[in-house]
Amino acid sequence: MLALENITKAYGTVFANYNASLKVETGEIHAVVGENGAGKTTLMRIACGELRADAGHETFDDRDVTGWNVNAAIAAGVGMVHQHFMLVPTLTVAENMILGREPFFLNPRISSQAVRELSESTGLAVDADARVSDLSVGEAQRAEILKALYHGATTLILDEPTAVLTPREIEELWKVLRGLREKGGTVILITHKLDEVMAIADTVTVMRNGQTVGQFKTNEITSDDLALAMVGREIPPAFIPARRTKNGAPVLEVEDLVVEHAVDGVTFSVSPGEIFGIAGVEGNGQHELIEAIAGYRRVTSGSILRGGVPIERTTVRRRGALGIAHIPADRRRRGLVLDYTVAENLILGRERSFGRFALDRMKMAIEAQRLITAFDIRPHDPRLLARQLSGGNQQKVVVAREMAGIRDFHVLLAAQPTRGIDIGAIETIHAHFRLARSEGRSVVLVSSDLNELLALADRIAVMLRGKFVAILDRDDATMETLGRYMAGAA
Amino acid sequence: MKALYPVITGALIALVVGDLLILGVGQSPADVYRLLIEGTWGNPYGLAQVLYKATTLTFTGLAVALALRAGLFNIGAEAQLALGGFFAGAFGLLLPAGFPAPLAVILCIAAAATGGAIGGAIPGALNAWFGANEVITTILLNFVVLFFLNWVVTAHLHVPETVHTRALASGTVPRLSAVIPAFRGSAANAIIVLAIIAAIVTSWLVFRTRFGYELRAVGLSPDAAEAAGIIPARVRVATFTLAGALAGMGGTNFVLGYKHYYEDGFSGGAGLIGIAVALAGRTHPIGIMLAALAFATLSQGGLAIHALVPKQMADILQGVVILGIAVASRTKS
Repeated sequence: MLALENITKAYGTVFANYNASLKVETGEIHAVVGENGAGKTTLMRIACGELRADAGHETFDDRDVTGWNVNAAIAAGVGMVHQHFMLVPTLTVAENMILGREPFFLNPRISSQAVRELSESTGLAVDADARVSDLSVGEAQRAEILKALYHGATTLILDEPTAVLTPREIEELWKVLRGLREKGGTVILITHKLDEVMAIADTVTVMRNGQTVGQFKTNEITSDDLALAMVGREIPPAFIPARRTKNGAPVLEVEDLVVEHAVDGVTFSVSPGEIFGIAGVEGNGQHELIEAIAGYRRVTSGSILRGGVPIERTTVRRRGALGIAHIPADRRRRGLVLDYTVAENLILGRERSFGRFALDRMKMAIEAQRLITAFDIRPHDPRLLARQLSGGNQQKVVVAREMAGIRDFHVLLAAQPTRGIDIGAIETIHAHFRLARSEGRSVVLVSSDLNELLALADRIAVMLRGKFVAILDRDDATMETLGRYMAGAA
Repeated sequence: MKALYPVITGALIALVVGDLLILGVGQSPADVYRLLIEGTWGNPYGLAQVLYKATTLTFTGLAVALALRAGLFNIGAEAQLALGGFFAGAFGLLLPAGFPAPLAVILCIAAAATGGAIGGAIPGALNAWFGANEVITTILLNFVVLFFLNWVVTAHLHVPETVHTRALASGTVPRLSAVIPAFRGSAANAIIVLAIIAAIVTSWLVFRTRFGYELRAVGLSPDAAEAAGIIPARVRVATFTLAGALAGMGGTNFVLGYKHYYEDGFSGGAGLIGIAVALAGRTHPIGIMLAALAFATLSQGGLAIHALVPKQMADILQGVVILGIAVASRTKS
């Protein structure tokens, strides 16, 4: 049994955890849920010895382990799999397993044999001899879990494991986790997806604003009650406005677009006031397609027309001026300068509207205040570095800048806009997409979340190996048909 | 305050190593340090010499620090400094005698900036067009430029029996001793005012302007900058050109302020010490000026302690300070 009592952890003047308590029984799957920035990850990093709490008690199997370090936690069988993988890309899976505890004389055959056996017994399918850089995201995650088990973890902490997985991979992960539970292992699952909690967890602890607000058995609570506990307020039900007939000249036309190694002749057009969805398993060229339209990936051939004007050879800035906004898939690398403040990030790409030579700091401050309030970017402090915000609030910075910033837009290219963020933030972002549509603006929405596409998109294209294999009207699209096209079966 | 930690550590390491070295040659550290202070800050001439040397170091320090903000390592301030000095000297020779003095000074400074800018634009362009690593190109260009200038001067422009050109008729700036008589005999001159202005303007440019915003964005996250429409290659070329211009203006301190002619090898490592100045000054303008003063003190103090210990001791100490700062300021984990 792992128990944390009254844990408090502060960063500067901000409390990441305040009097948070958690009790995890041996042999259960325990979910920790909460919005982004609720303090879930911090609490778990304290549990696995990566961080030291400022106050509070930790016990493991009735032993006082307050303030233990990672090595002590691993020795006791507590291991954590992070949201951002910590594998060495140039080494093989097996080499990653023995990293840090490699014997003096390496015997590659023995270690890869051991990894293979563990892989078979747990159902975590990974090629032990594959280089990590060649793995898909799902495989890399399985390798991470395998590594923790290889190091003897019996209490496994997973931070948002499903954020990067396809629905099928998620099902496989659930199978693996249930298998671990059967063997007496304990799993702690950080998530903010309530359907996952209901599907897999025995017990759930809800966090809000750094505090734990309740612990429930999943068979004694509904997901609506959980949602209420998470955000402390009612969440409006998903709502789809009456769709109007789209008319008017297309705002974006893509013709036979080819991007080397990624996009292989894609053609589509987007009408004003339309949300055009692109579904597909990650890695089938969706992101390269979006980057090519946004202007920072070279187009090999084909054309892109914005309101009839060819733009495939123009700069990112020119396309921005023509009304193209862009939410990149990788917000930490492409969407934000992490070491810039929130205020600075809110003008990224629009800095030329804030002064001919010197930047107008007053204008910047007003813009920051306006967007921070409108999108409830927390904490409400424009001087914080983007790095210091939680994932959901980082994404709100990007969305606020692209959708409500100083530069108006006609077409928004949104790649995975809600991946890895909490329901509150997702609702905000979806509401802005719908608002944009009702104002006659258009959105190209790439998402691996079919529910998101079905809730928002007017038409949905399915991308497979660089091509559109189908473009369906919303009325013809179901989970099943999309899934079949995504798998290449139809 | 935290930013000063590497600097303090570096200084402490240097102090300990310095003590050991001094004890090693059989002298008392206290005596040597007293001599070092007396020979620099302890008398007007020494102080003025420190100010003179700090002036050049401020320019080269700024040249390195500006590039660093854009994520570029400028090891070429030495060549940019030499080019600046050469352009100032050569342009000054072209001006007719009796040319209006203030205008001549401004034109010579502009020439120095242009010379340095050329020296900076080359590695900048090689980086942008071919992806050539700027550390390697700037190091190698140092050799190319210094030997090229050596050839131009010794083969064509020198006064016989020397390695310098004729003296300028116009374009020279007054020594500080014209205002503060106690500084008589020292090389300290009015270019120090230009150095202070350059430090302030550079800081304003980096932190308050649109160009500075884009420059820092490229330095911190080229991928995000690119997605936002900033063209990293263009910003890097512009930054390197500006950095070169800053280092180049440093050449006026010697050419316009001190000797009134270009002399081969005048840069004497000031471009390389500029790297240390930038690291110790934490790319902050006041920090850079203070760091320039500190390294200038060590340099000038080396002459003063000659009576007790080898002159090279001060050079060794400079090296130890740089190593100490480099070790203590490993910002990348």
